[in-house]
Amino acid sequence: MPEAKLAREVILARIRSSNPPENDEMRLIQEWMGIPRPFRKKGSLAAEDRLDLFEDRLRDYGGGIHHASSEIELPQVIASAIAARGKRKMVVPPEFPQTWLPPGVEILKDQQLSYAVLDECNGVITGCTLAIAWTGTIVLQGGPREGRRALTLVPDYHVCIVRADQIVELVPEALEKLRSFGTRPITFFSGPSATSDIEMTRIKGVHGPRVLDAIILG
Amino acid sequence: MTVRIGWSATAPDFQDAAKVSLENAQLRRNVKYATDVIRAKRAKVVNEVPDWEQLCQAGSAIKAHTLRHLDCYLLQFEENLTRAGGHVHWARDADEANQIIRGLIEQYGGKEIIKVKTMTSDEVQLNRDLEAHQITPYETDLADLILQLSQDKPSHIVVPALHKNRFEVRELFKEKMKLPDLGDQPTDLTDAARRYLRQKFLSVKIGFSGANFAVAETGSLVVVESEGNGRMCLTLPDVLISLVGIEKIVPTFQDLEVFLQLLPRSATGERMNPYTSMWTGVAPGDGPQAVHVVLLDNGRTEVHADPIGRQTLHCIRCAACLNACPVYRQTGGHAYGSVYQGPIGAIVTPQLQSMEHSQSLPYASSLCGACYEVCPVKINIPEVLIHLRGKVVREKRKHLGGKLDPENLGMQAMSYIFADAKRLEAAQRMARFGQWPFVHKDMISKLPGMLGGWTQARDLRPIPRQSFRQWWRKRERKPNA
Repeated sequence: MPEAKLAREVILARIRSSNPPENDEMRLIQEWMGIPRPFRKKGSLAAEDRLDLFEDRLRDYGGGIHHASSEIELPQVIASAIAARGKRKMVVPPEFPQTWLPPGVEILKDQQLSYAVLDECNGVITGCTLAIAWTGTIVLQGGPREGRRALTLVPDYHVCIVRADQIVELVPEALEKLRSFGTRPITFFSGPSATSDIEMTRIKGVHGPRVLDAIILG
Repeated sequence: MTVRIGWSATAPDFQDAAKVSLENAQLRRNVKYATDVIRAKRAKVVNEVPDWEQLCQAGSAIKAHTLRHLDCYLLQFEENLTRAGGHVHWARDADEANQIIRGLIEQYGGKEIIKVKTMTSDEVQLNRDLEAHQITPYETDLADLILQLSQDKPSHIVVPALHKNRFEVRELFKEKMKLPDLGDQPTDLTDAARRYLRQKFLSVKIGFSGANFAVAETGSLVVVESEGNGRMCLTLPDVLISLVGIEKIVPTFQDLEVFLQLLPRSATGERMNPYTSMWTGVAPGDGPQAVHVVLLDNGRTEVHADPIGRQTLHCIRCAACLNACPVYRQTGGHAYGSVYQGPIGAIVTPQLQSMEHSQSLPYASSLCGACYEVCPVKINIPEVLIHLRGKVVREKRKHLGGKLDPENLGMQAMSYIFADAKRLEAAQRMARFGQWPFVHKDMISKLPGMLGGWTQARDLRPIPRQSFRQWWRKRERKPNA
């Protein structure tokens, strides 16, 4: 037997020798379904309180928060957020809605731009897949308004548009939704990049985007 | 088979190494400060979760279930990852893992790799192996970078450079990064790390990681991190290699609903860590287009085979037990002589090595149970510690030297005496008579010889004039007393 195959067979055989012999697929599924999950699976907050909680938690991480009541207002809100940070040159995913583009900002569309070009941009503007109020988390899954992962990673500043109806309350609700979206890469981010490696103190900004502005739409 | 857990086979006994650590006042201050901070943060965010206990129970149940069907789930994982364009390799031990990884790096013509914090790679000593073959590994996690630059060893599972304070880090960065004017504010230090690694992230072609979770149902890997160095290593290179312990499997994507709540709150006291990345094989046009996963045994199947020890494999490496442990909080992590320190390290390290090394670690505990109390997946660490102490004793007794060891002889004698009431009473009479030279003011403060260890840090009450049994018998003789 070739070495590679041998290693696999040896490891599996060792595991099997200490597990009950009557293990089979049916039993496995039944047993998994029988695992008690008496924790909170569905949130109980009204939409308004859910939004408040999300903003509160995100602010706690040091993320900026802006509001746009409608899509008509959105470009201006994005533009002023970017201006307030003193940024100019922003990149957007290829299918970013034309009507969302902020005025007075130099916009680059990502067509598999090189990392060097992404690195020269001041920031990136994207939408998101969903957000979690309980933990102040925004989730990206490579959707058309989110783009590939490098896009939201290399530029130092991230403006993320979160529709109010994309916010769920709890982590289990988020995972249930994400599950239906297939196997594209998923990124959870909770505030800007940070570390606790020095003296266990959360310090903002290491390698990922150091500045985050969330724009709540609706 | 050469199971290797870092350098632990050649590390000194905990009890000796601990004495050295206890002499180091700076280290003790740093460890105390950091663990106090993290404990307070953790308590706050755990207390705000009304269903924390239920989440812990579910986490423990999912892990126990997974281990009962580990072979099925590993095969599921392999099948689903392969379907998603990834490649799965299996490694029985440290050398086999290193060989596979080095082979892959050479196959892709790499001379350097960028690494996410990966405990399994510390376990198999991957960096040492790569360097011996002229491949440069760059650690990108801030703490691991600090350790790599100072050629130091990790002292904590989550925050491996916890024993260094920011002034020490500044001195190190000043010298190694050639930044004579570097400030000592935490942001000065993170800025320096950012500049130092930026070009590596943007140019190195091979990324390397471990995984916090591997999802059988989808073939996905999950990495939980803070700085964004993980995202860089997982996203920007052309090739991604991940070394994953076989116990990292969770059955389904849904199961992450439990662990993504338990891990960040328990590890760093955050409601959610800044970044969590999940990927499933190759995503066209997004991230590495060659994805390899090496599944690592390195002693895990041995632990799996032990009914009491098996729960050790529930561990999600949150390190809450380290921060809570009164022993760890005094000695810090280096005394454990392992890449896994603290209470969990004291049970993982010797077990992975079939109890052949690190035999002193099961004794690095007062059995107070603080570790069990904070464990989010309910590993009964004191139970396993006692179980392992039994194994150590039985192992030692196999040799003549061990049989004649005074401790063993004493224990055998005790066992003989305790087995019979008459013998016990005879022994009590003898002890009552024999103890008088040591009793002062109704207290024994200093025992002779080997027994002196007990009275080194505490007083002992003498054996009373009357035992319970004697009192009971007297009482029986009086009618209607």
